[in-house]
Amino acid sequence: MKKIKYSEITPEKIYKNRRSFIKSIGLGAGSIAMTSFFSTNDALSQEEKKYTSYKDITTYNNYYEFGTSKSDPYINSQNFKTKPWNISIEGEVENPIKISMEEISETIESEERIYRLRCVEGWSMVIPWMGFSLSKLLSKVTPTSKAKFVKFESVYDPDQMRGQRYPVLNWPYKEGLRIDEAMHPLTTVVTGLYNKKLPNQNGAPLRIFIPWKYGFKSAKAIVKIELVEKMPTSSWMWASPREYGFYSNVNPDVNHPRWSQATERVIGNDIFAPRVKTLMFNGYGDEVANLYTGMDLKKYF
Amino acid sequence: MNKFLKPGIFILSLTPFIIIISKIYFNQLGPEPVKEITHHTGEWTLIFICLTLAMSPLKRFTNLVIWIKFRRMLGLFVFFYATIHLITYVVIDYRLDWQQIFNDVLKKKYIFIGFSAWLLLIPLAFTSSQKMAKLLRHNWKKLHRLIYIIAIFGSLHYIWLSKTIFFKPLIFMLIILVLLALRIKIKKRETNYG
Repeated sequence: MKKIKYSEITPEKIYKNRRSFIKSIGLGAGSIAMTSFFSTNDALSQEEKKYTSYKDITTYNNYYEFGTSKSDPYINSQNFKTKPWNISIEGEVENPIKISMEEISETIESEERIYRLRCVEGWSMVIPWMGFSLSKLLSKVTPTSKAKFVKFESVYDPDQMRGQRYPVLNWPYKEGLRIDEAMHPLTTVVTGLYNKKLPNQNGAPLRIFIPWKYGFKSAKAIVKIELVEKMPTSSWMWASPREYGFYSNVNPDVNHPRWSQATERVIGNDIFAPRVKTLMFNGYGDEVANLYTGMDLKKYF
Repeated sequence: MNKFLKPGIFILSLTPFIIIISKIYFNQLGPEPVKEITHHTGEWTLIFICLTLAMSPLKRFTNLVIWIKFRRMLGLFVFFYATIHLITYVVIDYRLDWQQIFNDVLKKKYIFIGFSAWLLLIPLAFTSSQKMAKLLRHNWKKLHRLIYIIAIFGSLHYIWLSKTIFFKPLIFMLIILVLLALRIKIKKRETNYG
């Protein structure tokens, strides 16, 4: 698969042009998802093929709160209640808030953001998310100078999330970013995908997505965002500090004891398609490499 | 009836293979087809290891010698599925990229132990015939005790490749340990009586 640059994946112009083309041939914008289901061999569907299918994105998930198998989240999350939903943003901030999902979607507009997702297990997808930069949400609380890191906490609800009844990870799921990573425009608060409301199995009602880091960094069903002074310990660091570092940037040169990080399998490709080379920072190096100037990324993996 | 038992078990043992071939043919392997084949054949290798190890305890509990007649065939199916498992990894997944495969074997302990288990299976497969058993005599029994090590390696292979505490790999480990523990008892009895 061709490398998708940031300049290529937020191509407002091209995308809008294509959108207007779709509209002009009488399909609503919402039917983008459908075109990938029933793709024919015209130019439009050729372009759609760049994205992973809606079906694969929504039925092949790592979301241990709903079970450890890839098909579990889709099966076990259908009755998960995401209303009402409040997110508390607190810690080293001028004005901590508790904000409802409704208020977030009313005050911050989501846009389509097409990013590559690279899982630490060695597979990848291309996902047309709906969302906005996390910095927009954080501007509501004004972080203080003591806010060096951002800690994300997912919901804990073992009644609804059967995976949480087992000590697979130290629940609730915790993740973290350095403040400059969190403020980077690529760091996205996700509210939907394929122009639809975010499905439960993908982290509804609200998750984050950090395109240049392995997928597990992107916490789902977030209820708390805390700005802190000290580096937080994520659930995966806690489970195995040797395997999962705080940064977890996509890096083909840092080996993982289980999966090859030099190459990856593109989801949706057929059985005889070869692995493709994994790119440093998942191909977003032009945008994010400057965050790590002077850092030994083999040490701070 | 006994006449049909062995061919029947043979066909049953082939069904996991037929299932995966038909899934490939009908394109039903899901989003990560190669991983699906790898996992399917890996899991069936472990199941056949358990079945093979279960035969002599079954013989003891039921007082029926017939179980032992299936043991060799089941053991050969271990080799069969383990080999497909390995071929999937080497040929389909890594397309004979020897540098990366070599790297994996040395750097990833689960691949190292899995590959070792497959190597240990080779002498067992080649000496599985009645002829070889006669030729090797006492050594044959000793040699074929390698299956105990292979079983433990196989279950460690599964545990080490799991991301966190998963149940399935632990269940396989537990079953294998129980099957091995039953043998320790046999030996004690034998020495007591002897």
